[in-house]
Amino acid sequence: MTATLAALGAASPGIWARIGASVLQVAAVATGGPLLLGLMGKVRARAEGRVGPPVTQGLRDLRKLIRKEAIRAEHTSAVSGLAPLVLVASGAMGAAVTPLVTTRPAIAGGADVFVVVYLLLMGSVALALGGLDAGTAFGGMGSSRAMTIGAISEPALLVAILALAVQAHSSNLPDIVAASLAHPGWLASPQRLLALVALVVVVIAETGRIPVDNPSTHLELTMIHEAMILEYAGTDLALVTLGEAMRLGLLLGLVANLFFPWGIGGSGGPLAVLVGLVALGAKAAAIATLIALVEVSTAKVRLFRVPELLAGGFVLAVVAVTTGLVAR
Amino acid sequence: MTAYLIGIGTAGLAALVGAALPARHRLPGAAALSAAACLAVLVGAVHVLASGHTSGLHTAQVLPLTGVDLSLDPLGALFIATTAGVGLAASWYSVGYGAHATPSRTATAMLPAFLATLLLVPAAASVATFMVAWELMALTSLLALLTDHRRRPETRDAAQWYAAMTHIGAAAILLGLVLLADHAGGQTFATIASHRGRLSVPLSSTVFVLTLFGFASKAGAVPLHVWLPRAHPEAPSPVSALMSGAMVNLGVYGILRVGGDLLGGGQSWWWVVIAALGVVSAFFGAVHAAASTDTKRLLAYSTVDNMGLVLIGIGAAGALAAGGERMLAGLVLLAALFHLVNHALFKGLLFFGAGAVQHATGTRDLDRLGGLARRMPATTALFGIGALSIGALPGLNGFASEWLLLEGLLHGFASRSAVTDATLLAGVAALAITGGLTATAFVKALGVGFLGQPRSERARGAREVGPSMLAGMGLLAGGCVVLGVVPGVALPALDRAAAAGFAGGAPTTLRVGLGLDLASLHGAIEPALLVEGLLAGIVVAWGVIRLAPRRAELRRPRRAEAWGCGRELQTARMEITATSFAEPLQRVFADVLRPDRDLEVTHTVESAYVTQAVSYYQRVDDAVERVAYRPVIGAVSWWGRLARRVPNGSVHRYLAFGFAALVLILVVLA
Repeated sequence: MTATLAALGAASPGIWARIGASVLQVAAVATGGPLLLGLMGKVRARAEGRVGPPVTQGLRDLRKLIRKEAIRAEHTSAVSGLAPLVLVASGAMGAAVTPLVTTRPAIAGGADVFVVVYLLLMGSVALALGGLDAGTAFGGMGSSRAMTIGAISEPALLVAILALAVQAHSSNLPDIVAASLAHPGWLASPQRLLALVALVVVVIAETGRIPVDNPSTHLELTMIHEAMILEYAGTDLALVTLGEAMRLGLLLGLVANLFFPWGIGGSGGPLAVLVGLVALGAKAAAIATLIALVEVSTAKVRLFRVPELLAGGFVLAVVAVTTGLVAR
Repeated sequence: MTAYLIGIGTAGLAALVGAALPARHRLPGAAALSAAACLAVLVGAVHVLASGHTSGLHTAQVLPLTGVDLSLDPLGALFIATTAGVGLAASWYSVGYGAHATPSRTATAMLPAFLATLLLVPAAASVATFMVAWELMALTSLLALLTDHRRRPETRDAAQWYAAMTHIGAAAILLGLVLLADHAGGQTFATIASHRGRLSVPLSSTVFVLTLFGFASKAGAVPLHVWLPRAHPEAPSPVSALMSGAMVNLGVYGILRVGGDLLGGGQSWWWVVIAALGVVSAFFGAVHAAASTDTKRLLAYSTVDNMGLVLIGIGAAGALAAGGERMLAGLVLLAALFHLVNHALFKGLLFFGAGAVQHATGTRDLDRLGGLARRMPATTALFGIGALSIGALPGLNGFASEWLLLEGLLHGFASRSAVTDATLLAGVAALAITGGLTATAFVKALGVGFLGQPRSERARGAREVGPSMLAGMGLLAGGCVVLGVVPGVALPALDRAAAAGFAGGAPTTLRVGLGLDLASLHGAIEPALLVEGLLAGIVVAWGVIRLAPRRAELRRPRRAEAWGCGRELQTARMEITATSFAEPLQRVFADVLRPDRDLEVTHTVESAYVTQAVSYYQRVDDAVERVAYRPVIGAVSWWGRLARRVPNGSVHRYLAFGFAALVLILVVLA
């Protein structure tokens, strides 16, 4: 592992190249997220025997929304305007520090897994506060439900990632990715497999997919995430939609690179970055397809059964860490 | 030391001024003097933290028989500096908080007196001095808590609980320290510390368990926390802030001073017990905070939660140190102390915010608040900073210390001891779970309490509080932001304090900078860069949405009715309440919370099929109190009632008692 780190350090590119890589990652997540959502919609439609909207539908929706005016409810404060901005900014910051395309993003020294987890929490908190701001029944209900689910899924996410950090003896993301690259055998280790299952459960919950939440529901009473963002319109809604898509892209990219780091650009050269970009897209698309297939084949569970599912994820994550400690 | 002594003297003077001056000048005079006292003490404590020198003082005149011993070392100085910071803000804040009605002499005198004793405890350097300061602190805080007892009967109940818990705890500490002093051959801490290795294991363990009981009850560790959610809400807000931001810390100080310093670390199971207490407290406190609907009760339970996190750190550090991992132990201890300082800052701020809301609306009940963001924007923004700090959002101080604690626990796994590993794993799991629950609790406090529409007339008529209260809150909020953006500035001081926490503790290898960098352990965060990146992201996104719509009139947001599912009228009655917000989590954690609920349906006389009224009752009490304390209180009261029958007023009987007692004594002596 030390040798790999030394190799990475020797090939350390300049600060501008790293900032460029970070900007590229943000752009990749911002366009890739909506495309992944479109892909998942397409897979679902095909599996159900429908044609479905085109894969680029997410981007088209964004283009439409961003030209419309924002309408805010009467009783709202500045929070309603700030929440979508914070959501997008936290997603972008997460994308900038996570090694997605290259192992050396802009602030590599500060690219910590816990930072990414808490940036995701920041987005959730911003949206939940935004949901409460209008003072309506649905918004508050959505916030309450989303926070309840988040309160159990965030710990599962944290502990699942800890299992990887314990294995790599570091919580620094580039270190973990580099260590996974250096030890291909780790992928088959029990703690990694357990952590992977836990993380998939978390990703489903955090991005509001079936069986936790139904993103295409039209009945307010059954909504979780959609109820929370009911009051947004126009440019505000565009930001919220983009932010949510970026969360999805970031989480899928994170899972892809933590568990299957092949293809990621280490040296930072243009060709390596291009390969990294293509590899990231392919890996994220594969995971998205799998999640979409899971969605088609399962039914949404009752709200009060969701914590059981997530608690299962949390326990798996704790078992993953324990296995890692015992196997050492 | 001189600055510190001047500060203590000024605080005493402030108490006298608060008691003696005429009503009009009482409050400003006492507040100005106590603010000056805090500044002087802060200068003294920061000097010790910056230089690392320990200075002491012995006077035989003040206390008969033993004299007074004071000493300022980096560990004590850290606690003193924290208290002085919160105290400074509380002094400013108290001017506006007490301005609406003429405060009583006791109220104005007790705040500085409480502050003085809080500043005295960590400097005490002998058993006698420590116990006197500790008891004075209990007494002054009790009197300060009772300030509002004429208006609210609940205050008396809270004070009884507090008095009972604090005195049982103090008795245990006294017993432990006397035992220790007896066997170490002297009562000054220096003498005791020089006997570190020579005490037998059963003796030092007995001392540790006895003092731990007292200190853990002061720190609010479950199951000794029951006084905390009663006393903190009933006290006036400056006192609540001092209790939660400074007094509970001294429980942690006591554990470190006695267990880490005087007993020199001792057995590893001590620390595992502390970590276990921490795990239980963190989880229990966080669940209750998520379910509470009273602002200050929520904050009190959150104190239990955060003290639990600190105890996890202390316990993990002790276990690592007992296993010989001095460097890792120093790192974890440093993280725990950092979290303690941060907790003092944001919890003080949040109690001030809750007090400002109570001042403006007359209520602490979240179900009756709402809509304050447009009526009290400055208070909302400051409370928001506190709420987001405690929720550990990146860029604020709670995140910095929680990250450091997580890193410390993560790297502690390298110790390769099964017991330590299990302790660390439980700690990490508790940290993870409380993180999510705390975020929920404070989204509730901020979102339901301040955003949306007002849920009562009093919330509708709320006005922004005065500049002195805002200044007090602003000071602490500034601390939260500074330690959040450039946490590195606090590291050298924390490092010295942590090294003093365990006898012969090694300083950590943290690299000094603006961010946090573990250097050789591979792990770093740069919150300043994160904040810059986030702000840049917000500005870019804002610019895009302001320029994207083609027609200029579409670029400004329009106001319209909220979506009511086709309904025309939206009233505050339809809004979600704190109770309903917490309901899903309350259901998930029903086994921990054990809510007491009852649904009563009344039918009309004519037909059982027609409902006349439905009443729903729900109350979340402390399950620990119900299970562990109520039976004991019941038994004691029963014993009391039984004993009351014995003295029936007959002089003959009393003479017989006297005679019997005399005979008994003679028999025993013979």
